Order: sequence, then structure tokens, then C-alpha cells
Amino acid sequence: MVLSMPFMFEKPLGMRDSLPLLYERKKAVRLSVSSEFEAWGYQFIETPALEYYETIGEASSIQNQQMFKLLDQQGDTVVLRPDMTAPIARVAASKLLKQQVPARIAYSANVYRAQQKEGGRAAEFEQIGIENIGDGTISADSEVISLLISSLKKAGFNKFQISIGHIGFIQQLMLDILGREDRVSLLSNYLIERNYVGYRDHINSLALANIDKQRLIDILALKGKENILEKASALLENNRGTDKLNELAQLLQQLKEYGTEQYVSLDLTLMNTISYYSGLVFEVYTEGVNFPVGNGGRYNSLLKKFGRDTPATGFALRVDRLIEAMGPLREKAEIECVIFTPERKQEALVFVNERRAAGDRMVMQDLNGVTDLDSFTKNYSEVHYFIGAPGKDETP
Amino acid sequence: MNEVLTMAMPKGRIFEEALELLRQAGYSLPEEFEESRKLIIDLEAEKLRFILAKPMDVATYVEQGVADIGIAGKDVLLEEEPDVYELLDLKISHCYLAVAGVPGSRINEAAPKIATKYPNVASHYFREQGEQVEIIKLNGSIELAPLIGLAERIVDIVSTGQTLKENGLIEFERIAEVTSRLIANRASYRLKERRISEMVQRLSKVINK
Repeated sequence: MVLSMPFMFEKPLGMRDSLPLLYERKKAVRLSVSSEFEAWGYQFIETPALEYYETIGEASSIQNQQMFKLLDQQGDTVVLRPDMTAPIARVAASKLLKQQVPARIAYSANVYRAQQKEGGRAAEFEQIGIENIGDGTISADSEVISLLISSLKKAGFNKFQISIGHIGFIQQLMLDILGREDRVSLLSNYLIERNYVGYRDHINSLALANIDKQRLIDILALKGKENILEKASALLENNRGTDKLNELAQLLQQLKEYGTEQYVSLDLTLMNTISYYSGLVFEVYTEGVNFPVGNGGRYNSLLKKFGRDTPATGFALRVDRLIEAMGPLREKAEIECVIFTPERKQEALVFVNERRAAGDRMVMQDLNGVTDLDSFTKNYSEVHYFIGAPGKDETP
Repeated sequence: MNEVLTMAMPKGRIFEEALELLRQAGYSLPEEFEESRKLIIDLEAEKLRFILAKPMDVATYVEQGVADIGIAGKDVLLEEEPDVYELLDLKISHCYLAVAGVPGSRINEAAPKIATKYPNVASHYFREQGEQVEIIKLNGSIELAPLIGLAERIVDIVSTGQTLKENGLIEFERIAEVTSRLIANRASYRLKERRISEMVQRLSKVINK
């Protein structure tokens, strides 16, 4: 069995340590984003890391094989929460919505998803996000998207883009043309996989009138600014779907009022594997990261699974990807160090206390406790010495 | 708008066909560049940078974002399943993935073995058929495997069928058609949307001619 033993310092696949400099950057991102959430009146909650597979596992719509499942002592299957939206929907349905509707909830928590490919990808990562539960108006959507934008700015990002689509619109349009749900989901899969070649090939293989084939293919061109709404409208044969386009138009109008419209663009082909999204959906991209740093949308049917039929919308940002976008970590922490010898400790203490009170980060270290002074001090931004005869600073 | 677009290109035959296609689409590319041995080629005038990669690695470069776009065979996309946009069928380098073996031979029921350069594709295909097989990964000369008794079947790329024929093998089933595809990194597709869409438009005009 020697071969199957983990290496001494090995961690389970996809699990990572955060050492001080990384931890501090994470904390800084979390702090700036969460302070913006709080400024908009969203309140943070915590939920447990373990949830029942039958409830949260099912509702989360994360693929089965991506979930970490285990048995609790009663023999029930539990999962490490694969997302935060489902647990919050559970809390909202059972408690929060009894006190107040709509509820504005925020969270920052680790979620767990086993990775299929490339074993090294993070299987535990922090999401920070908000949910606006109980408000079905476009005002709730524009608030959520504008809050997303202003939190990214607060965290220091300027170049990012939010692509917005509408699941309701595309599903309606496909259903009108294809006539059956199973055909819609077959075709949708190509969009979910971002395989436009397969999408076109599949359409060409269908027994459809050429004009309908063209309508489906033209969906791929529904990307850009407000003007594509007219093109989208031209693809509809009856009025079904018009209400969805109106929602998008209203959303863009409201984003203008927030002054955030320059960060968004429309992409009506946008679909994803998260099946609880029912209306507006969006993804966030920044320079320097190859995957979306965040995503969100409207999920009007998720709460129903917890016995409360209420509309909701929200988003989640991935802290690890935001940090990746910020580039390499700094080399030293902003911490200064005071090296003292016992006869001058009192003097050093006075100095340090004053600086700590002023908000600076100060380390105190007895010279006799260090064997390699150079390697010890090089991690600090500045070093002060209180050694030798009292009253004078001395550099060794 | 004027930022450089980085394009991962497969070395070898597909590269030349792809260059021809880009030229037809109106990109002015130097003549001599096929002989160049450089791995990174900057084309200042077109704001393009080519990265020359092993065909199997193009999808990885694009997925990881060191290239914004790339040209990859469908065989590579089926095998690697990269998280990228598959934008356009360039309809060049046409071939297909097939199951082949010695004529009249049967799969050994006791220990069925399949040799291939495409373990994912092969495993997926046989699982779909309800067959439990052992996949043996080889890096080249796949045709050898059935001849020397390493495996009863191979899964490989077939373009003309000449190689199979010369080795006394026949094709049993076709798995998938393969052509080269234009693929894009997920973030680049958003952040360099205009340049990428422009290329898609110019190329699709040439392809559908």
C-alpha cells in the first residue's frame, strides 16, 4: 500500500493553502467588495458547509459528479455546499422572507466543486456575492448588475465587461421554431458548450423550413449593444418573447440611469449549465483571467423548491479569479520590524506602541531569538534596531 | 480596437492551408513565412501575432489565454474538450476519426484492447456502444498495434485511407468527421470581441465561396 500513501505535504486534489501574502490580498478584495455590498444595504449571512444532498445538492444544479458527497452519522448523504445560492434560498424560504420581502442578502464563503479535468484546478474556492430575493421587477436586476459593477470598481478593477443574455427569450424563440422541449434542450447544449460550429451543423441536420433554419442561425448574431434588440424582435413570429426583449430594453435604460451601461453588452446566445436561471443572465470578464470572474442572473423558480414561489436575482464573484486578474503578489508585506536586545526593550516598546496605535503593523523581535538575521528581516518593509547601549540606535 | 490579436497556429500542413485561407480573407501575410523556423511571428501591419504550436497543444494555448484565438482540428477538440468557443468550421484539412483493424478480426471478448492517440475519444466511443475495453495510449505509428498483437482495434485519424491500406488494415466504423476549427478564448472573445468577429466574418465569406 506504499504507493497509495499521499506524499507528506500533499493535499487532496484541488485543495490549496493560502499563505500570508495571498491571504492578505484575498482579505483586501473581500473587504472592498463587501463594504460596497454593505453600503447598498445588503446584509451578510453564513450557512453551514455541509448540507443534505437531497435538498441543497439537488437544488444547486451543479453537476452530480462535481459534488463532494459523504455520509453523516445517521447514514444520510450530505454534500459540501457546491454553491451559495441554493443554501440562501433555503434560509430565505424558511426564515428571512417571513420577516421582510424583498430580502437583500450577502455572503462570502468557500464552495466546493470537484474538477473533472486538469486535477490542479481549485476544487474549493471563495465566492462573494449577493441575492435579492422577492422582487420580480427589472429594478431589482438593474440594482444587482450596478452593484456588481460598483463593487468591481471598488476592488480596483476598471477594465471588465458584463455580457447579458436572457434565457427566457432564447428558450421561447427556440421552442416556437422547434416545437418541443427536448429539441430545444438538444440545441441549447451547443450554446452552453459555446460550440457554434456544432450549433450550425445541428440546425442544418434538422427537418425545418429554410427560413426557420435561418432564424435559428441568426440568433448567433444577437450580440452587441441596444440595437440588437430590434434584430432579435425581427426573429419573433408572434408576440411571444417580446416581453423578454422589453425586459432587456428596460434594463439597459435603467443601467443608463445608474451610469453603468458602458460596462455591459448584450449576448442573447448566453446560456449555462445552471438550470435554475430563468430570465436575465450575465457573466463578467476582466483582463488577465481566462474564465468569467463572476456570473449571475434571475432565478424565479429556485425558491419554489423550498416551498416558496418567489422571484429572485443575484450574482457571485470568484475571489480567486479576481486575485489572478490583479497580477503577481507583492513581495513583502507592509510590516515594519523592530529588533531589540533586552536592555533596550522598554525603549523599543514605547516606539512600537506609538506606531501600532497609529495603525501601522509592527513586529517586535528579540535579537537573541533569531539565528539568521538577514533572512528574517528581508520579509519586512522596514527594520528598526534597538540594540546595544541604551539611547542610541545601532545598525549591526 | 487596435490591440494585437494572438493566434495559435498548428505547425505543418494545416498551417499552410490556414495561411492560404487568411490570405484569401484579405490578411496580408508575407510570402517567405512558411520556411521560417521561428515559433513566434509578429505581423505588425495586421496587428497579428502567430504562435506556432504542436496541433495537439493549440487548444490548450487558447484555453489558457496565451493565445486569443487558434486553429485546431476537431479531433483535438474532441480529445481535449477545452473550455473555448468553437466559432467557425474552416473546412480545411478534412479527415475523420475511425475504428480500424485487421480484416476479419474480432475484438477479443476476454481482454478487448484498443490502441489510440485519442484515449478520450476512444473511451467515450466504446462506452457509448456499451463495450468495456482497455485503452492503450500510443503516440504514433498506431497502425502497428493490430499487426503486432498489441490491440485488436485502433482509433485514429484517417484522411485518404492510404496508410491503413498499406498496412493491410480496414476501417470498421467512422466515429466523427474532422476539419479545422477557429476557436477563441472565453475572455478574449468578450474583451477583443470586435477584432475576433471581424475575422470570423472575413473568413466565413471565403469558406462559403
